[in-house]
Amino acid sequence: MKAGSPKRRLGDLVFSNLTRAAGLTILVALAGVGIFLLAQGAPGLTAGKEDLRGHANFLSYVAPLVFGTLLAAVLALLIAVPLALGVALSISHFAPRRLATVIGYLVDLLAAVPSVVYGLWGIGVLGPKIVPLYEWLDKHVGWLPFFAGPYSNTGRTILTASIVLALMVIPIVTAITREIFMQTPRLNEEAALALGATRWEMIRLAVLPYGRSGIVSAAMLGLGRALGETMAVALVLSASNVVTWNLISSTNPSTIAANIALTFSDATGTARNALIASGLVLFVITFVVNFAARAIVARYEPGRKK
Amino acid sequence: MAKSIDVSDLNIYYSDFLAVENVNMTIKARSVTALIGPSGCGKSTFLRTLNRMHEVIPGARVEGKVAVDGQSLYDSAVDPVEVRRMVGMVFQRPNPFPTMSIAENVLAGLRLNNKKLTKSEAADVVERSLQGANLWNEVKDRLGKPGMGLSGGQQQRLCIARAIAVEPQVLLMDEPCSALDPISTSAVEDLIHELKEQYTIVIVTHNMQQAARVSEDTAFFNLAGAGKPGRLIEMNPTKKIFSVPDEEATEAYISGRFG
Amino acid sequence: MTAVAPEPSLVVEHPLQRPRLPKLAPLIAAVIAAAAAVLLGLSLGWGVAPIVVTGGLIYLVGLSTWSRLVENARAATDRLVTSLVWTALVIALIPLISLLYTVISKGSSSINAKFLTWSMRNVLDGPGGIYHAIMGTLIITLGAAIISVPIGLLAAVYLVEYGQHSRLASWIRFLVDVMTGIPSIVAGLFAYALFSIIVGPGTQMGFGGSVALSILMIPIVVRSSEEMLKLVPTDLREASYALGVPKWKTILKVVIPTAMAGIITGVTLAIARVIGETAPLLIICGATDSVNLNPFSGQMASLPVFIYSSYQSPGANPEVLRQMAWGAALVLIIIVMALNILARVLGKVLSPKTGH
Repeated sequence: MKAGSPKRRLGDLVFSNLTRAAGLTILVALAGVGIFLLAQGAPGLTAGKEDLRGHANFLSYVAPLVFGTLLAAVLALLIAVPLALGVALSISHFAPRRLATVIGYLVDLLAAVPSVVYGLWGIGVLGPKIVPLYEWLDKHVGWLPFFAGPYSNTGRTILTASIVLALMVIPIVTAITREIFMQTPRLNEEAALALGATRWEMIRLAVLPYGRSGIVSAAMLGLGRALGETMAVALVLSASNVVTWNLISSTNPSTIAANIALTFSDATGTARNALIASGLVLFVITFVVNFAARAIVARYEPGRKK
Repeated sequence: MAKSIDVSDLNIYYSDFLAVENVNMTIKARSVTALIGPSGCGKSTFLRTLNRMHEVIPGARVEGKVAVDGQSLYDSAVDPVEVRRMVGMVFQRPNPFPTMSIAENVLAGLRLNNKKLTKSEAADVVERSLQGANLWNEVKDRLGKPGMGLSGGQQQRLCIARAIAVEPQVLLMDEPCSALDPISTSAVEDLIHELKEQYTIVIVTHNMQQAARVSEDTAFFNLAGAGKPGRLIEMNPTKKIFSVPDEEATEAYISGRFG
Repeated sequence: MTAVAPEPSLVVEHPLQRPRLPKLAPLIAAVIAAAAAVLLGLSLGWGVAPIVVTGGLIYLVGLSTWSRLVENARAATDRLVTSLVWTALVIALIPLISLLYTVISKGSSSINAKFLTWSMRNVLDGPGGIYHAIMGTLIITLGAAIISVPIGLLAAVYLVEYGQHSRLASWIRFLVDVMTGIPSIVAGLFAYALFSIIVGPGTQMGFGGSVALSILMIPIVVRSSEEMLKLVPTDLREASYALGVPKWKTILKVVIPTAMAGIITGVTLAIARVIGETAPLLIICGATDSVNLNPFSGQMASLPVFIYSSYQSPGANPEVLRQMAWGAALVLIIIVMALNILARVLGKVLSPKTGH
């Protein structure tokens, strides 16, 4: 910076500040999301009964929504993570190379399908098809509170919504865990095999311990996606903003995102502010989950590079 | 309990490419056999066929026969997992499991077969194996610490301890000292001397002084030409190979005229 | 678990051979399991789904029991896990196949010239067209790309060339990662709140959708461009400095052109990712039946919102509109797939020139 012609310094100064400004814009935008939601959501925090669809205050309005959001997302994760790990392992360690490439493309395809199309499939295909399963669950394991019934005739339940969410989460979790599994040092895999390990024992000895933190953060990123996903839930779920553990009935808790999508266009005035405030709650929840997931990744990355 | 190894008419392929051609040799029990030769001549590939580790490489396959103490390794009824339990292996670079402690690393192979190891049995195996690997005195106070925290030479001896903990009959070593400094190298070489009392050892090395120092017999591999398969040129007692080899090519390689 | 396995460390004579299942064992087990499930299902009058599930269970249990009896517990566990991995793969892919099949079979019948060139304006009965939605989607997404690409690319340049390991750069990098997780509906609410304050309460317009999509698109552009810029060899930069070229010119004339193929691929994938977003547009763009080509005024239709509202509130002609929704879904999927293929092709075509 000290030597060189003035012209050169000027060009560098302008360009470097331009790029820094772009970087700062991103930070400003992220802060802006929080600030503007707070500004427009604030009137909603003190809204009355008429703007909260009968709930006494904002807290009692948003609490069942938070419950539904968490329930749907956690269910989706329970379904998605084992499947995603299986798919990731099939790509990294089980399938022959050519087949693994094909599976990789299919998983990318799964990720490319727009969420509204998943929703369409969920309500148009999966819902009607899955009713017999709910009937069976109601009949045989109805003593469990989750399957207490009466089962829904349309299949538009929170369990169906969670299955659709799981499908959308699988590609995310698969993509991250597959990368990690493929990065397992070959030396460690060979060490395990040379000790007389079977393929599964090799995976348990060398691959899974190496990828543990990656699996956790992949699951959390998947959770973040499931928490915020809107359209699949809005289309599939027949929601009534209640709190219930019953997964197969036609009375289901709604989620924050779906509730906004379903009621925003009909809402006016303070009711819209209340919806924006509920969006702020969702923003905070997903921000915390993603922050934690990324922090885990960041903590382990330097060690992994060695 | 050490075993001899008989190799007859062995061809090794990568898909359709013949990598190593027509190897015949007998490896004596309770002795050290060194495999030497220029890079790419197939000696490491050959070593891996002795415990079927070459199968890890996609497309690699063999024709011919390898028998350990009369039992063929490539019969259809043979389980590669059993082969690798009987024929242990130490790799070029030390590779302890990064998430395990020193003691857990030693026990890793044993735990696969016998999960209900009592505490005292486990402690016994750890001590016996680490002593066998000349590492016990250096690590006995920190058995619970991660294996990655050791120096390179210590890590390599930990890997040897891990390999002998499952009590194999044969120990394969793929350039075990190439990533180590001279002091660690000499520690590992001393260890090889002691281990041959109990084990049949086959070692691949690039270092001819090392071959001369540690081995009873030496096998020299060479390429027939660029793009041609590797071959066993000569196998003889180490003393003879390094003084009056049968083949011209061996002498040329050993005296440093090529390779 | 280890009951059947011999105690190898005590066995001095170590036999290598032991009973193993035939190579075709998984196939044999699968055939037997399928036959058993079908027989059982037919005699009890089950549907297809329970038969498949029962067959799968019989296969899993049967093969690992067989292996445990003939081989040993470890081999049985290995076979069980292998079967489970393949089962997971099949379970994950069945919905994908069902989804693609449904969209293609239900959607293709609605696609014709009228469907692609008409809007829904004044369409009372019978199917109309989705021209207004296609144009809206293109305009909104183009707007998002115009906002996101310069900001994202410049920010990536800052991270790679200027910021590197400074504290600001690591914060930006970290928050960009966090930003990839912002729910799309929150981005829509942000744009709505922003325009409500700047323009006036309740403002809905196409440009707002572009802003909302940018929030989702920028982090993708930053991350992919950053990866590509990092791949440019340092030698190249140093060669340019050695010729006396200033840093900013080196970046513009050497670094960015070298990484161009990858950057374009990344941008195309980012567009493909956001073009199907529904939730933010529902909030900030609203919906309309007419063609509106002005992003700065009035509600603007888009394909995803059209699909959603046609299915969710079909009005007087539910059958017709639901059929149209499937048609629009097929068009949307074709656009997304075309962008994905385009990204791969561009990456391949452009890279050889700059590869070395």
